[in-house]
Amino acid sequence: MNALFEYLLRLGDDSLILGHRLSEWCGHGPILEEDIAMTNLSLDLIGQATSFLKYAGEVEGKSRNEDDLAFLRFEREYKNLLLVERPNQNFGATMMRQFLFDAYRKLFFERLVHSTDSQLSAIAAKSLKETKYHLKHSSEWVIRLGDGTEESHEKMQSALDDLWKYSAELFYQDDVDEDLIENGIIPAVDAIKGEWDVLVRNVLEQATLIIPSNNWEQVGGRKGIHSEHLGYILAELQYMQRAYPGMKW
Amino acid sequence: MKEHNIEVLERDFQAKIDNDIKIEPKDWMPDEYRQTLIRQISQHAHSEVVGMLPEGNWITRAPNLRRKAVLLAKVQDEAGHGLYLYSAAETLGADREQTIDDLHSGKAKYSSIFNYPTLSWADMGAVGWLVDGAAIMNQVPLCRCSYGPYARAMVRVCKEESFHQRQGFEIMTTLAQGTAEQKAMAQDALNRFWWPALMMFGPPDEDSKHTKQSMDWKIKRHTNDELRQMMVDITVPQAELIGLTIPDPDLKWNKEKGGYDFGEINWDEFWQVVKGNGPCNKDRIETRRKAKENGAWVREAANAFAEKRKLRNTKKAS
Amino acid sequence: MANKEWPLYEVFIRSKQGLSHKHVGSLRAADEQMAIDNARDVYTRRSEGISIWVVESNSVFASDPNDADSLYEPSNSKVYRHPTFYDVPDGIEHM
Ligand SMILES: [Fe+2]
Ligand SMILES: [Fe+2]
Ligand SMILES: [Fe+2]
Repeated sequence: MNALFEYLLRLGDDSLILGHRLSEWCGHGPILEEDIAMTNLSLDLIGQATSFLKYAGEVEGKSRNEDDLAFLRFEREYKNLLLVERPNQNFGATMMRQFLFDAYRKLFFERLVHSTDSQLSAIAAKSLKETKYHLKHSSEWVIRLGDGTEESHEKMQSALDDLWKYSAELFYQDDVDEDLIENGIIPAVDAIKGEWDVLVRNVLEQATLIIPSNNWEQVGGRKGIHSEHLGYILAELQYMQRAYPGMKW
Repeated sequence: MKEHNIEVLERDFQAKIDNDIKIEPKDWMPDEYRQTLIRQISQHAHSEVVGMLPEGNWITRAPNLRRKAVLLAKVQDEAGHGLYLYSAAETLGADREQTIDDLHSGKAKYSSIFNYPTLSWADMGAVGWLVDGAAIMNQVPLCRCSYGPYARAMVRVCKEESFHQRQGFEIMTTLAQGTAEQKAMAQDALNRFWWPALMMFGPPDEDSKHTKQSMDWKIKRHTNDELRQMMVDITVPQAELIGLTIPDPDLKWNKEKGGYDFGEINWDEFWQVVKGNGPCNKDRIETRRKAKENGAWVREAANAFAEKRKLRNTKKAS
Repeated sequence: MANKEWPLYEVFIRSKQGLSHKHVGSLRAADEQMAIDNARDVYTRRSEGISIWVVESNSVFASDPNDADSLYEPSNSKVYRHPTFYDVPDGIEHM
């Protein structure tokens, strides 16, 4: 197994699946301005997925391109976090999911910029700019809704209670990471954990939200063991490619 | 206001229009002009926003990453267009929320085309090519509309529209040059969207009650039938070029008029769809209504937070 | 609780360094911060800007178009404020 290929799938799939989830909002946002904003997030993520998966295809060297990888793998071969496949539920839950992810992504890209792999560092530089804005947007909403009305506070607290157990997987690390870290290709994510904690706690505190005391960690995505939701995402995502194999669109 | 005074105002107003001087929000304008604009601009805004739904229907199923991004950006543009237009209507005193409630209650109309379903990926091609094509034809003259904010919004919209039709035609071309299955898919989409697209220009001139006054006020620059004819004349050769057949046995070139003669449009169908009996009317409005309803707590919370923050800031300052 | 509509903001964008901010349209937002974010998402999707101003529409005081005669026409007659008012001999450059 090629560790870099595997790792690029993780990065690409996170972006792809979260981009997919956000795109489900298009036409259904709470107000037109926010509909447009969420589409921007989605577009950035789909752009990132394209870059990571394209590079993954090159690294793999089996002439699979970004579309082959995005549309023609089986469920167990997707390596995204469980967090990003969580259903949108309501706007608040969507922003909470976004916030937990963005906080990690921003810190991660800040370090990935210094990768010894020039292609990764270039993708990271572009993605970092996007992600800084995503984090600004999602954290503002988490604060606004957490400290808004009683109803919004309740909704945000229950979103946090629901999503918190998926946040540990952000810092999942295994033998795939080890070599890459050693060679300076990727940063060690456990080193980010401390900073992520500070950032997240700070925002949640402003949002008057309480971090659940239960520390149970729900993981699996990085190993290709997903929730039931991913299958349905893929059913839509892959529909055209599966129904009409091998055609150009 | 005294009667002769109104006469003077009306004369000055029409003189401005005749001299192609734009009318701006605070300028005096006849009430009917204001109402006509509010009706037209908000209908237009609603069309942009409801128009997101048929294409939004395929975003999660787009066949590759490039198409997905393009479609998403395109539908997003339509949301932007809706927003520019609601803003233009607000300059006339039409509050956005009220305007939207009129849409949801069925009081306000939107383009009938968006009540047709999108059943295959090829429909993304047909919609971009024909529906955005027809929209552009309608909208380019509006950039010279007499009301300043509407004209400026349309300049922005038209600039952004330019890629919409192209991406649609690119989809159609790719399919038409693809496998037999793909070509059949493209032809089927054209068959279903051709007539509804021609209906987009509105009823025939003899039945269009607003056209004359709107032309005098330079809110409208061409009649419905003129625009429809232009659409047919431009589109037929495009279809021929990519090997698709316009689903109209009566279509033929008329040398004398230098344009195509085409078959009878089913106006019964048109009026039924306008009245709410199209295949998707109920679903479209229900979807928009739900989006608003589900967002109510978000908008309310944002207000509450804004007030809290203001209060805290004044406390800090004092 | 009746849901109050978010206030309307006017949006001004500087398209590039050296140019002044120009009015581009309006939007709704609950507060200034959100208005800036929304303006960025709505009005700069095609890199139209590098700087954004938002002003609550309520705070804009506009001149009355009926006063246009007295406000602006007087300066029409002050052509001496425009450089083209002055004759410069042929051959003079950089002036
Ligand atoms: Fe549009
Ligand atoms: Fe369009
Ligand atoms: Fe349009």
